[in-house]
Amino acid sequence: MEEKLTLFKNRKRFGIEKNIDIIFKNTALVLSSFVAIILLGIILVVFFQSFESFSRYGLKFLVTSEWNPVKDEYGAFTAIYGTLVTSFLSLLITIPLGVGTAIFITEDFVPKVVREIIGSFVELLAAIPSVVLGLWAIFVMEPFFRAFFVFLHNFFGWIPLFSTEPTGRNSLLAILILVVMLLPIVTSIARDSLNQVPKKLRNAAYGIGASRWKTIFSVILPAALSGIMAGVLLALGRAMGETMAVTMIIGNSNAFSWSLLSPGYTISSMLANQFGEADGSQVSSLFYAAFVLMILSLVVNIFAQWLVKKFSLKY
Amino acid sequence: MNSLYYQKRLSRNIGDKFFTSLSVICALIAILPLIFLVTYILIKGGSQITPELFTLEPNPPGDDLDAGGINPALIGTLIITTIASIIAIPVGVGGGIYLAEYSKGGAFSRFIRFGVNVLAGVPSIIAGVFIYALIVSTKILFGSMYSGLAGGMALSILMLPIVIKTTDEGLKLVPNELRYASLGVGASMYTTILKVTLPSAFRSITTGVVLGIARAAGETAPLIFTALFSYYYITGFGDLFYEMGSLAVLIYNFALEPYDAQNKLAWAASFILVLSILSVNIFSRILAAFTEKTK
Repeated sequence: MEEKLTLFKNRKRFGIEKNIDIIFKNTALVLSSFVAIILLGIILVVFFQSFESFSRYGLKFLVTSEWNPVKDEYGAFTAIYGTLVTSFLSLLITIPLGVGTAIFITEDFVPKVVREIIGSFVELLAAIPSVVLGLWAIFVMEPFFRAFFVFLHNFFGWIPLFSTEPTGRNSLLAILILVVMLLPIVTSIARDSLNQVPKKLRNAAYGIGASRWKTIFSVILPAALSGIMAGVLLALGRAMGETMAVTMIIGNSNAFSWSLLSPGYTISSMLANQFGEADGSQVSSLFYAAFVLMILSLVVNIFAQWLVKKFSLKY
Repeated sequence: MNSLYYQKRLSRNIGDKFFTSLSVICALIAILPLIFLVTYILIKGGSQITPELFTLEPNPPGDDLDAGGINPALIGTLIITTIASIIAIPVGVGGGIYLAEYSKGGAFSRFIRFGVNVLAGVPSIIAGVFIYALIVSTKILFGSMYSGLAGGMALSILMLPIVIKTTDEGLKLVPNELRYASLGVGASMYTTILKVTLPSAFRSITTGVVLGIARAAGETAPLIFTALFSYYYITGFGDLFYEMGSLAVLIYNFALEPYDAQNKLAWAASFILVLSILSVNIFSRILAAFTEKTK
């Protein structure tokens, strides 16, 4: 582009037109730098607002779970633990389901039309607002799973994860609704990366006598792995930051418990619950928790981008 | 001779059968709840739709008999999403033009593209926290605290990366020959962009932008402590500076109410929200597929 432009450098153009051109370019430049300004703004604002809490509690904030506005004692361990547990466990369920579905719709088990309908249906589901999923979770999922949770507690109660009596909303329901939210993301990204694997790789594997699943496991999945991994990390970031559906179903309790059948908390649900009514040093502590959430999701996102760049397919 | 025929009992064939059925089971487990979810929302919500729903104010919870309508929330969602679009579309399209047309792949544009991806991954509630700290708690907007305007700003932060990305990618697909031809006949850069490249990328950019708007319309987390919620009709321009209801926040608030009437209102609002978001999505997908075929 640039060397072509130099051809025109010595030609004369009207002054006004030249100025418009320069103004146009600089406006676009300023508008594009808005992204950087907003991003830095978010990081700086959240950091400075959390400063008071940060200087008072330091890193102790991350490992204690006292949250008492009356005594001015704050620690976000329950929420941080809840954020990590719900997002990792939901991902653990989502990955096999999502990748399995993606394989199903990229292989030729069923006619192409059916596969395309399934694929675009799954993509459409990513568009459903999370608050609607939360509503559905409260009124449909919770009653549906109640008997199952009682069963889990009666037979596996000796495992700390199921050690409390299920009473309505709990962390396990939050994990399940996160699975519903993440499935479309993981499935559609895994499908795209599987589709991008060149056909000749598959033909070569078939040509030397590999069976269908030998080809999938030894050739196609490894070739698509970086894309799938990046999709999984994006889903992890989404799971950590997901607010509404989780807030509505997790039960919002700051009492720490190992059990998934007891109400829990995540950083984002804590923010959604308390931010509106908070004052004094509680606000600063909430900003501190928001800062932790932001750092977590930034790290995951940047790692995902690095992964894509580092291991993207080169054929 | 036998080895030429398909043998069921070979371990590789048994393994293949096993994994094939496993992937079918995965697909079923993944898709059936999703189908159930959509039909349930549409049926349960659709059965609550009445004409009064669109014209009345919601009654404050407590009275189990009559919940009223969702008119203020419906209008509020339209207004807040419009504000977000008014902010995010010019900034996003302008930024996308810079990235695709002017930048030469240097450090600045790489940093901005990286920033766009990072901003897209910022949890939506953080956008709310940011606007709360910047605008709500400082009362910078003529002394008003929670306002529809602040809510629109929070949503625009979520729309911005989507708009920039689609503009950038849409413009990159425009063949360079068009630019050369335009510059070759003596058009300046801005004429080329405004008259040649932007119009030819118009459809793909609009599709992306519309999808971005649809996504913003369903966002709740950035609104719960920026726009808050309101039970009252939006009557004039001045209401922009006060608390404003939205469908998403209405669903959140009323789902947690113990009263059946409010819960029904939440289902009705979900129906309207989901139906409009899904139809926008389907429509723009059909449009995009149609465009691809005609090219």
